[in-house]
Amino acid sequence: MIEIKNLKVNVEGKEILKGINLTVNKGEVHAIMGPNGSGKSTLANVLAGREEYEIIDGTILFEGKNLLEMSVEDRAREGVFLAFQYPIEIPGVSNTNLLKNAVNSIRKYRGEEEIDAVDLLALIKEKMSLVEMNKELLSRSVNEGFSGGEKKRNEIFQMAVLEPKLAILDETDSGLDIDALRIVANGVNKFRSSENGIILVTHYQRLLDYIIPDFVHVLNDGKIIKSGDKSLALELEEKGYDWVKDQYAEMASA
Amino acid sequence: MSKITELKNWYLDKFKDFENSLNGESKLPFHQTRIDAIQKFSDLNFPTIKDEEWKFTNISSLLNHNFKPASENVLEFDHSIIEKYLFDEKEYITIVFVNGVFSQKHSNIHSLGEGIVISNLKNAMVEHPEVIEKYLGKFAGYEKNIFTALSTAFAKEGTFIFVKENKIVEKPIQVLFVTSSNEEVFSSPRNLFVFGINSQAKIIESYVGVSDKTSFTNAVTEVILEMGAVVEHVKVQDESERAYHIARTEIDQERSSNYSSYNVNFGGTIVRNDLTTTFNDEYGFCKLNGLYLGKGNQLIDNHTLMNHAMPHCESHEMYKGILTDKSRGVFNGKIFVKRDAQKTNAYQQNKTLLLSEDATINTKPQLEIFADDVKCSHGATVGQLDKNALFYLRTRGLSDQQAKTILIYAFASDVVHSISMRQVRDHLEKLLSEKLLTADLKD
Repeated sequence: MIEIKNLKVNVEGKEILKGINLTVNKGEVHAIMGPNGSGKSTLANVLAGREEYEIIDGTILFEGKNLLEMSVEDRAREGVFLAFQYPIEIPGVSNTNLLKNAVNSIRKYRGEEEIDAVDLLALIKEKMSLVEMNKELLSRSVNEGFSGGEKKRNEIFQMAVLEPKLAILDETDSGLDIDALRIVANGVNKFRSSENGIILVTHYQRLLDYIIPDFVHVLNDGKIIKSGDKSLALELEEKGYDWVKDQYAEMASA
Repeated sequence: MSKITELKNWYLDKFKDFENSLNGESKLPFHQTRIDAIQKFSDLNFPTIKDEEWKFTNISSLLNHNFKPASENVLEFDHSIIEKYLFDEKEYITIVFVNGVFSQKHSNIHSLGEGIVISNLKNAMVEHPEVIEKYLGKFAGYEKNIFTALSTAFAKEGTFIFVKENKIVEKPIQVLFVTSSNEEVFSSPRNLFVFGINSQAKIIESYVGVSDKTSFTNAVTEVILEMGAVVEHVKVQDESERAYHIARTEIDQERSSNYSSYNVNFGGTIVRNDLTTTFNDEYGFCKLNGLYLGKGNQLIDNHTLMNHAMPHCESHEMYKGILTDKSRGVFNGKIFVKRDAQKTNAYQQNKTLLLSEDATINTKPQLEIFADDVKCSHGATVGQLDKNALFYLRTRGLSDQQAKTILIYAFASDVVHSISMRQVRDHLEKLLSEKLLTADLKD
């Protein structure tokens, strides 16, 4: 589904990603873990098309198309979705209005008819129940005055409505209490299917107790220094990141 | 002879023609006021950027035109041309002026109850001389204002609304001023709205242009709210890009009256609004909301004065501007709190979105407070669209233009969303979307 090769990215003149290689196939969940400042969020934002980031080298193919040449909106329309680490508050724009515009933009791009208001409402209702979101939040402005947990749930709710092919969840677990974490994870698990892929960017293993990844990658200093299955996450939880770093350094010097 | 003297002589000549056309009307007492006003016009100077109140608004291009008083040339048009500007004529009372002259043909004044008068000002001078005598020209003084002097000299056509004590005008009143001419015309609508004790009404004052000739509208409106009157007053100015629009609105608020103003401007070449509200008794409430959208080389200037002359009154003011291309905005918001006006509560905000490098705003709050037990606040912000919000919307599939439009719309909507008339709100929202669609929103 997505094939990232030798991706190097500068942020404000500083090299943050130093040659990322990552392939995610349909039906797979990949967790990207790593210490603060390792480049996890940069990777997530580059995939979504954040324009301030400078691509120095590398390629990204999404469903065979060159992702790096696509505008932010076209990536979304092709099926890439980023759940933000810090969802943006947009006063004056209701959640329903955002979703209506988003669904119709995506449909238009795919040559489909605009969604009928009744169908949209039905879709919204169905997906809201997935993340146990309160109906009254719909008419409120996007994320405005939402609690941390409500914001994260709203991201997962939007994802459920837009049904992307590839969902990138950037630290969706941060700032969530255990109940909210369970609800969010439940929403992601219901979304998970053999037809889509998920990249989970996370700092902690605890999210992976609820969303079981197929692969775990350790990102450090802009590079993936180790990959494994879900047991790697548990090992990291127990032993921290230093042993992986040491192992990588040894391999590099060998 | 200097150009300005020449121009003044042009208007003085036009006044003579106007006087000759008056016939019996020149026998009415108000005519002496006209004569005094034209004299004043002759004595006063047009403002220049050296005048503090006109510092950012250079009207010299206006003074390069010899506009003709409109009554000389009315371009007839089919009613269907202005239908898009009119609200549902069954639900609204409609009074239409073409180039400042009352048009019976396009108006639809119906279902007025007893004690409610809506007519052309000219008729009111004959039929309600006591009301004219008491109010007309008493609030918009012309001694220091050349445009008001000009308006007063030519005062004849305009909307007269008189609502007697305890009467409620059930249907909103739409006053539509249409500019339609193949010549450069000058219209001077003169409005007088008098709301008696505990009366209620809703008014929409619209200015539109259906021809693309340069035009000059010099409007003066006096609004009187007697004790307990409740009035909602929406002004929508949407003239051609060649229009000059100078408007003065003076509001007198008596005890416990409640006035809400929505002043929406989509701009001409130069638009200048002077809006003054005076609390002349206690417990008044006033809301001044303003919205302006500038494109191209337009200049939109709003000067407001909230005059707290008496205690226990409350005013809320919110003006928002959206400026694109090379357009310019000016906001000057004065709040005067007189020594006696204790327990005043006054709030003012001006927010501007600058959508291009070349757009400019000059904003100036001006608070002069002489009472010591008051609550007054003001704020001004100038900014661009939030880049993070734009990115967020685009990651949801919205195009750049769509995302910008939504954000601008969100910025603007809270100014008009409290308008009680749904058709008016919808119309404004539609106008705003249309204007944004054709505006250049590229960085």
